[in-house]
Amino acid sequence: MERIEQKPLTPDTFLQGVKDCVPTLLGYISIGLAFGVVGIASGISVLEVFLLSVLVYAGSAQFIFCGLYLAGAPVTAVIATIFIVNLRHLLMSLTIAPYFTKYSMLRNIGFGTLLTDETFGVSVVSAGKEGRLGGKWMDGLNITAYTTWIAACTIGGVIGQWLPDPEKWGLDYALVAMFVALLVLTLASIPKEKLMHYIKLILIMVISMYGMLYFMPGHLAVLLSTVIVATIGVALEK
Amino acid sequence: MTTSVAMVLLILGCALVTWIPRILPFILVKNMKMPKIVLRWLAYIPVCILSALVIEGFFEKEEAIVTVHWLNVMAFIPTLFIALLTKSLSKTVIAGVLTMAGLRLFFG
Repeated sequence: MERIEQKPLTPDTFLQGVKDCVPTLLGYISIGLAFGVVGIASGISVLEVFLLSVLVYAGSAQFIFCGLYLAGAPVTAVIATIFIVNLRHLLMSLTIAPYFTKYSMLRNIGFGTLLTDETFGVSVVSAGKEGRLGGKWMDGLNITAYTTWIAACTIGGVIGQWLPDPEKWGLDYALVAMFVALLVLTLASIPKEKLMHYIKLILIMVISMYGMLYFMPGHLAVLLSTVIVATIGVALEK
Repeated sequence: MTTSVAMVLLILGCALVTWIPRILPFILVKNMKMPKIVLRWLAYIPVCILSALVIEGFFEKEEAIVTVHWLNVMAFIPTLFIALLTKSLSKTVIAGVLTMAGLRLFFG
């Protein structure tokens, strides 16, 4: 009997990872530039903008850092808030990690270190389509995103001295638009018969988010709603 | 181009609490087999997180009540339409940014 090997759609190469990162770069660039500008506006230096993008590498956390710093929040409050904001990465990391068990611990730590909302989104879409994720591909994706982010933030900081108000040009909406696209792409990789189930969950998510926003800040509502609605998803299966 | 020791320590603290949630599952999953029910639950996480992140922008808190952020909802509709139509990340981002810039022009 002849076995039909299904050919993977994307090869596991660094270059392919770079290519698959390209569509997200506009998002990184616009948000990074906006962050640099906002950072300078909130009184941190270009060097500090650079350090934040290298060491923290998380857009929402970096923006919150500036906001809290400007508000004169105590060190413990800044660190605790950033921790909670980035707890969502725990869920993303949990989703992606099972694909990489055959790689060494060090490489796994590398994959985790460079995980972002966007690289997560791109990987989930790719994993949904192909049922696997390659290490070299992941490195290409991650390193392209990381270097672009650092460059964009730093350049944003430099031009921040003479460019106020990035919001006027709608640049801040790049982040949300990217999430919309990633959501649509993720839904497109779901089997048709399960689509209604997912749409129901999204409607539940609207209600959940609305309700929770009465009691907590947005980043916490995102985290808690995700945990609850995913659990409802399992409970309502079939 | 300046910073202080206190600032560097603060940034390092933030880096650490950002890093741990990112790498922890990669370390844990490597050493243990995940139960089926957990994997089924995880399958819902992407759609849940992404929709929560989008929906977060639909609302804003004003004093004690949560209201609809109409500008964001208005920008969402063409953005979603372009995403469904093109299934392209870059085109959706461009469409979203242009829509928002246009809306801000008209509605301040």
